[in-house]
Amino acid sequence: MDFSQIWEILSAADNVPIVGLLAGVGFFVWYGLRQGREMDRLAVRLAAEPELAKTHHRKTQPYEEGWEREVQVWPHLLKIEFLAAMIVTVLLLVWSLALNAPLEEPANPNQTMNPAKAPWYFVGLQELLVYFDPWFAGVVLPLLILAGLMLFPYLDASPLGTGYYTIRQRKVVLVSFGAGFSIWLAAIFVGTFIRGPGWMWFWPGETWDHTRVVFEKTRNLPEMLGIHGAAGEALVGLVTVVLFYASAGWAIHKLVTRTELDRRIYARTTSLQYLTFQFFAITLLVGVPVKILLRLAFRIKYVWITPWFNL
Amino acid sequence: MEPEPKSPKQAIEEVKAGLRAPQRTQLWKSIFRVKHTRNDTRTRALAVVSNVFLHLHPGRVNRDAVRYSYTWGMGGISAYLFLVLLFTGALLMFYYHPTKVQAYRDILYLEQDVPFGRLLRNMHRWGAHLMVITVWLHMLRVVLTGAYKKPREFNWCVGVALLVLTLLLSFTGYLLPDDQLGFWAVTVGTNMARATPLVGHEGPFGPQLGMTPFNDLRFGLLGGSVVDSNALLRAYVWHCIGIPLVVLLLMGVHFWRVRKDGGISGPAPLVLDGEMKDEVR
Repeated sequence: MDFSQIWEILSAADNVPIVGLLAGVGFFVWYGLRQGREMDRLAVRLAAEPELAKTHHRKTQPYEEGWEREVQVWPHLLKIEFLAAMIVTVLLLVWSLALNAPLEEPANPNQTMNPAKAPWYFVGLQELLVYFDPWFAGVVLPLLILAGLMLFPYLDASPLGTGYYTIRQRKVVLVSFGAGFSIWLAAIFVGTFIRGPGWMWFWPGETWDHTRVVFEKTRNLPEMLGIHGAAGEALVGLVTVVLFYASAGWAIHKLVTRTELDRRIYARTTSLQYLTFQFFAITLLVGVPVKILLRLAFRIKYVWITPWFNL
Repeated sequence: MEPEPKSPKQAIEEVKAGLRAPQRTQLWKSIFRVKHTRNDTRTRALAVVSNVFLHLHPGRVNRDAVRYSYTWGMGGISAYLFLVLLFTGALLMFYYHPTKVQAYRDILYLEQDVPFGRLLRNMHRWGAHLMVITVWLHMLRVVLTGAYKKPREFNWCVGVALLVLTLLLSFTGYLLPDDQLGFWAVTVGTNMARATPLVGHEGPFGPQLGMTPFNDLRFGLLGGSVVDSNALLRAYVWHCIGIPLVVLLLMGVHFWRVRKDGGISGPAPLVLDGEMKDEVR
């Protein structure tokens, strides 16, 4: 166990924000889901007591006799904003006094940094370069993520859960977004804390050995099936991808129509919305992790080989 | 008849009256437009609505909307951090030349000689990283509360664009110290652009379309085939002028749409499952 190596990685100035990010995401997920559970309990109670549901929790939340429904922005909101600005300023000042921004030697194209890492918020994409060719990991995948994010509100056809925390009413949405966000954070984590020189896999505590050589041979799926020749390889890949989309789509469909509420929401979803959702869910939320698994567990580099691109 | 000249005592009284109630002076009224003499709700609302810096706010908000537990304040904090970054960034610009000869020396100068220079650079660096984090948390909150739903879908898209621009701002700034860290990070980052389908010289269908290292997308980003002085200048201009202008514009749209779409999205009343109508759209 090489603790100095762990410390070297953890205390690299540019890695400190990641530690903060992981802590922050952890706290706020807990904080949000806790409020969601509370609302879910309230929903069960109100569904059981229709009389109470007529009045309780319909306008303002915990309400006391004599309170006005609205408050003045000045001072009630502005003082909070001012306080938040002060706290952020103090936090940033203390952080800046305690930790110096990194500055390496002058840029030198003749001396390659090893490992050469992208800034931490893009390190996830760099990590995906292990599993996909650059045209996919660096260009197509980010564009797909952005398209998926932008389409997100147009694919969610449920009117429930607008403006309050809830888990039960929005399971599909929360699981979808949660899966995507988790993959992104996990890739950042692996890219920052696991990958060492030569972008090789070093477990936490393992010493970064700059002379290490990996004799790992990667394989392609068609070759493992004993198929050679451009046409055969392309065809096998195509069939595999189509089969994968069909089976993953079927599994996702089973998952999103599990409960009665899910089926009612599904009935409100148009075919176009649903097929778009399926495409992004299969590609990003299932396809990417499956490809990562194939590479890490079975050393499979390409599934689909064509003269123009490999996947 | 000619008015009597003022006694010194009267003149002093006039000044004292102005100091006692500055709101009644002509100077004050010319600046703040609205009378702030009474302490009632209407005056307070006017103070907000008629102030150019505060008018993004409504005069009154729902009592629950100011609860921290709902919004976490992450959107506002991101906007505030952007202002902090504009301020510290403008100060840094006084000391920085985006040229290969001087860029790295300017950073050393900032750290060693400029009063508070190191603090300034640290605040800019960590403020940027903090902003990336708060923007992500803001997105997480909006998802958890379903705040992107009708009629706010478009504003969510504006938000996604702002998220991307935040990352790009941070990324373009990464190169500017012209050290090994920035150089190799940007080399790694822009190398991916080589592989862009159609417009990258190593991407699918790129060579077939006549792409070479000297005319593809990466060349356009870097102003050359390697990360060099042109890339430094381009990163600088994008970082200090191009992207901030777009961000400011989109921030205006983002905040305006929040107001037009009905203010903060909640905390809204709970809708029970049974209250959802089963109409197929």
